[in-house]
Amino acid sequence: MATVTADKAKVDELKAYIAEHKGIKGPLMPIIQKAQEIFGCLPIDVQDVIAEEMGIPMTDIYGVATFYSQFALEPKGEHVIGLCMGTACYVKNSQPILERLRKELGISEGATTPDGKYSLDATRCLGCCGLAPVMMIDDRVYGRLKPDDIPGILAEYK
Amino acid sequence: MDLYRAHVLVCGGTGCHSGGSSDILASMETEIAKSGLDKEIKVVKTGCFGLCEVGPVVIVYPEGTFYSRVKVEDVPEIVSEHLLKGRKVERLIYKEHDKAGDQSLENISFYKSQVRIALRNCGVINPENIDEYIALDGYAALGKVLTEMKPQDVIETLKASGLRGRGGAGFPTGMKLQFCANVPGDEKYVVCNADEGDPGAFMDRSVLEGDPHAVLEAMAIEGYAIGAHTGYIYCRAEYPIAVKRLGIAIKQAKEYGLLGKNIFDSGFDFDIEVRLGAGAFVCGEETALIASIEGERGEPRPRPPFPANSGVFRKPTNVNNVETLANIPRIILKGADWFASMGTEKCKGTKVFALGGKINNTGLVEIPMGTTLREILFDIGGGIPNGKKFKAAQTGGPSGGCIPTEHLDTPIDYESLTAIGSMMGSGGLIVMDEDNCMVDVARFFLDFTVDESCGKCPPCRIGTKRMLEILERIVAGKGKPGDIEKLEELGAMIKEGALCGLGKTAPNPVLSTIKYFRHEYEAHINDKVCPAGHCKALKRYTILTEKCVGCSACAKVCPADAISGQIKSPYVIDQDKCIKCGACIEKCKFGAIEVK
Ligand SMILES: Cc1cc2nc3c(=O)[nH]c(=O)nc-3n(C[C@H](O)[C@H](O)[C@H](O)COP(=O)(O)O)c2cc1C
Ligand code: SF4
Ligand code: FES
Repeated sequence: MATVTADKAKVDELKAYIAEHKGIKGPLMPIIQKAQEIFGCLPIDVQDVIAEEMGIPMTDIYGVATFYSQFALEPKGEHVIGLCMGTACYVKNSQPILERLRKELGISEGATTPDGKYSLDATRCLGCCGLAPVMMIDDRVYGRLKPDDIPGILAEYK
Repeated sequence: MDLYRAHVLVCGGTGCHSGGSSDILASMETEIAKSGLDKEIKVVKTGCFGLCEVGPVVIVYPEGTFYSRVKVEDVPEIVSEHLLKGRKVERLIYKEHDKAGDQSLENISFYKSQVRIALRNCGVINPENIDEYIALDGYAALGKVLTEMKPQDVIETLKASGLRGRGGAGFPTGMKLQFCANVPGDEKYVVCNADEGDPGAFMDRSVLEGDPHAVLEAMAIEGYAIGAHTGYIYCRAEYPIAVKRLGIAIKQAKEYGLLGKNIFDSGFDFDIEVRLGAGAFVCGEETALIASIEGERGEPRPRPPFPANSGVFRKPTNVNNVETLANIPRIILKGADWFASMGTEKCKGTKVFALGGKINNTGLVEIPMGTTLREILFDIGGGIPNGKKFKAAQTGGPSGGCIPTEHLDTPIDYESLTAIGSMMGSGGLIVMDEDNCMVDVARFFLDFTVDESCGKCPPCRIGTKRMLEILERIVAGKGKPGDIEKLEELGAMIKEGALCGLGKTAPNPVLSTIKYFRHEYEAHINDKVCPAGHCKALKRYTILTEKCVGCSACAKVCPADAISGQIKSPYVIDQDKCIKCGACIEKCKFGAIEVK
């Protein structure tokens, strides 16, 4: 895979953001978040850019990037499917839905389909427990799910 | 402001939003304009009403008509019938399970027993419009504080009110501010903990989405009390709507001079910045949260020093939870005595709970401290759906415990919940019925803590992993005698040795289920049976000879070749080969396969 930093415009965007925010207190989290927003993930060469621009060791950045579950070192699929495995959803039977998703997509949670189309995540509470069990695809929330709803919903993202 | 003869409130909270409320809102505006009513009737997009179960929700005032499960197609009818001709659309009106007739908002039992302080504006105002907040006394408390009160007066008022932290620990808010105020220095910080990590709780989210200005106002009040000029809101990145509304609110407050320099001409400056989390539960712990704001790995730091002495950037810092903050402006305006008149002897005011799981009215409820669980679950929550039997209520999330039937009449406050082996936590309240397996629930929470342990200290990192392994064995039908005692021993050890609250409380879900549901553990271990019929590995599939016609459909579909027999006579399942996939049951047309 070509490195994501081959896209010069994106690198410049990140550099500009860093230059602007370097001076604030505790700048690292917002900068890493911006980098992930721009590139979709944080491979080593993106971390390299941040280290260089901020003048701090890359180990610091790596340490932070690997600590938080929302930072991804590898790129995600085109559509990110997050099935809630929070308590409310779990007691309302989200497990069979997870199994159905695994079956339909042929991957387990944490993985991306080989064609790069879908990533599957088991997430924490999405904050709409009233609709449990809940799943989120990109920014859209699907609630009161049953396993048999899954194929139809996935078909919307073909 | 213009005067309108009616207001139509459309919920824009997360639950209703995902049910399509933004389309309803748009359609409502178009239809009203089409009917030429747009000068008389105002449409307001509000935060969460609380009763997410029946969303999308639309409420029409002044009558307080409560429409539930509204669809876009219903909008023209609401406009032409109700708004134009004054005839309510009966079929859309929310009906309680056991009552008939028209029920306006104040008569619905879900709302009737609630006392809304932290949630007072949620579902009432448009959170993206500062004028609506101001119209309901918004920023009046900040004005009063800056013009009439000394910082110490503010602290005394909060002390007298008896307000305690709603983030879980229940520390008296006034006293915490006092510690921070006592530390000399002119660089101090106010931090709002909006990380809400308890999986199954969304009180803070609703306040942030429904009434963001209340949080900003309270932070400025605290800033004045301790002498801080900067505030940080540390918000979960999973809450995009909340983050957006906070951004809008901060911008509007600055434009109105309610944040920024020289607020109310008092010479007091205060600014607020939003910082986002990145998916780490432990960052809800205040010292880890502080590390995260500083741009480090969110690992807890040993206390002392407490944040009041050395917090963000090693400066004195006051950390409070969203719900704690949302109470403060009201206390300032209505007085400490008013607040202290509600609740129990040691816990004043109200608490918001997120009701979820096996309960009819899932959603948010705010009740006075001292209300019993029975009232919350059966009066407000409407009881357990599908005629099932109540088994346990879980409070305190991964740090809390399960409360069985015999303790349903405990008046809820911090002390009483701790006494029965659970804890208040941030307010998640998950209801479980007879179909939920308590061993599996314990396993679920341990799985969560193992995943979220930051790994800094061994009792938590290794101990919780060991406990999880044992629990996984038990639910897989491989439990051994002595496992229960081993869990209790490990639990006690972790509670003793862990550095931060995550580890110290991680064994609670296990210990409390052992305490109240030991028989379920024993059944799994000794009899290899899951009494709730939940644990897959312990299910037994058998063929009922009297119903089986011997069609062989099950034997053909079984992926493990566990079913054998002669055509036209009853088949049998080899229990050693059966992988409990359930394929046979789906296939059998005669209902001849039983699972227990
Ligand atoms: C593991 C762990 C997670 C926590 N998560 C949260 C949280 O999500 N939100 C919160 O307000 N407090 C959380 N707390 C409590 C905070 O450490 C702190 O007590 C609280 O923010 C103080 O505010 P309060 O006094 O207003 O409750 C957590 C504590 C621990 C040990
Ligand atoms: S108790 Fe657990 S989460 Fe807390 S510091 Fe130790 S390892 Fe980290
Ligand atoms: S537990 Fe799934 S949305 Fe809260």
